[in-house]
Amino acid sequence: MSTWLRQHWQTFGLTLRRLARNPLATLLNVMVIGVALALPLGGYMLLQNLSSVSRQLTRNPQVSLFLALDASKADITALEGRLKQIPGVRALRFISREQALHSLKQSEDLSDVIAALQTNPLPDAFVLETGGSAAELEQLEPQLKALPKVAHVQLDSAWVKRLESLLELGRMAVLVLATLLAGGLVAVTFNTIRLQILTQKDEIEVSKLIGATDAFIRRPFFHLGLIQGALGGLAALAIVYLCMHVLNRSIVELAQLYGSDFRLGFFGFPDCFALLAFAAVLGWLGAYLSVSRHLSGIEPR
Amino acid sequence: MISFSQVRKSYRGGHEALCELSFGIETGELVFITGRSGAGKSTLLKLIPAIERPTSGTVLVNGQNIGSMRRAAIPYLRRNLGLIFQDQKLLYDRSVFDNVMLPLAFTGHAYKDAARRARAALDKVGLLAREKANPITLSGGEQQRLCIARAVVNRPSILLADEPTASLDSASAAEVVEMFRSFNQVGVTVLIATHDEALVQRLNPRVLSLRQGRLEQ
Repeated sequence: MSTWLRQHWQTFGLTLRRLARNPLATLLNVMVIGVALALPLGGYMLLQNLSSVSRQLTRNPQVSLFLALDASKADITALEGRLKQIPGVRALRFISREQALHSLKQSEDLSDVIAALQTNPLPDAFVLETGGSAAELEQLEPQLKALPKVAHVQLDSAWVKRLESLLELGRMAVLVLATLLAGGLVAVTFNTIRLQILTQKDEIEVSKLIGATDAFIRRPFFHLGLIQGALGGLAALAIVYLCMHVLNRSIVELAQLYGSDFRLGFFGFPDCFALLAFAAVLGWLGAYLSVSRHLSGIEPR
Repeated sequence: MISFSQVRKSYRGGHEALCELSFGIETGELVFITGRSGAGKSTLLKLIPAIERPTSGTVLVNGQNIGSMRRAAIPYLRRNLGLIFQDQKLLYDRSVFDNVMLPLAFTGHAYKDAARRARAALDKVGLLAREKANPITLSGGEQQRLCIARAVVNRPSILLADEPTASLDSASAAEVVEMFRSFNQVGVTVLIATHDEALVQRLNPRVLSLRQGRLEQ
């Protein structure tokens, strides 16, 4: 056991030294793998952030009730009373048409348009929260629609659903991209290991002649694939992290315009670790395929 | 220790390298295999470490049958043999010292222990002062001695040398042969293939003379 560990440790050191001896080749390989992995990884990061937004929205689903334009003060009071009686309604907020117009006037872009209007086209509205799930709200929808003087019922959950299905589409796209580029990573490693085997042809041949087992000869190539894959994964994380920072500058500005403090967040430690492990395993796989294919061709004569 | 019985080796295309070869070598013997080029000397030496397998007949090394040996067992057979190749097979991408370290890498020696053994082997062949040099900078005789150091570093019980003096001047050749003799004197079985008749006559050892794949009596 200790011999086995020592041999692996020695091989690991040897492999690192070999990689360091060809810094340019190593860097290029790591960059190729890094860029290939960064594409799906970046997509995954965006998706994760978007789904956390959608989760926040679904946590407190709201319904907006727009009233008919001819609703009188008495109608509104009556309606408010009936809404309060609906079981589960937790918060109820009335936004009068004047208030709505006023808040629209605040936004710079629209103020000119609003000023040109002769009458207020906006309806009165109620915003109501139940504290329940989006599904519960949906069940409430027909009941709300049937109330007198209610012209239109707008559920948040409707566009959250749309966002969800868009996210699902995005996830599929990322998955397809990840699968393709994982294949690319395996191919890159396959080729690197093939070249390395050719470079070390003499050493492999002599080693076989003087009693090296196949396992011993394969070991450094597996290490090489593993290390190169993991370094590529590290490069991918770095690329995505940098891109996130660059994007965040614009995103924070944009979010502020909407009164949100949204910004892109990075992966947690478990996700980073999983990516590195995934990349390392793919590197190992490429090495395995390459070694199986090329090493048996070197038979001493 | 080594026994050949009715060994035949033919290559694809019908060329018969060895034919009905039978002989035995005892532990501690020093044996020369002579014959002209193409007589089958190299083939004979390649059968012992299972680089080639016999087409028919039996080759026994330390009681193990080479013909039926599993692929996975071959490395362990070879570790007990010291091989000196006709084309030397030195590695020019590393130092003299690292060339000798190579066989110790896969036998599980700790680095310190391995380094001590490697230096002892280099000392025996008189190359300790050149341990940091690249083998390409060594003379022909020194390169051959380096091959010997690499072959003996694992303390094998059998040494096999294919034309070890072929490219050497007579003084270097005598040195190299003297080295084989000293290993033989401490109990190592030594087989040397050579076409150098003068060398053989001077030592007066046991000789297996090959002609067209058969033993000349």
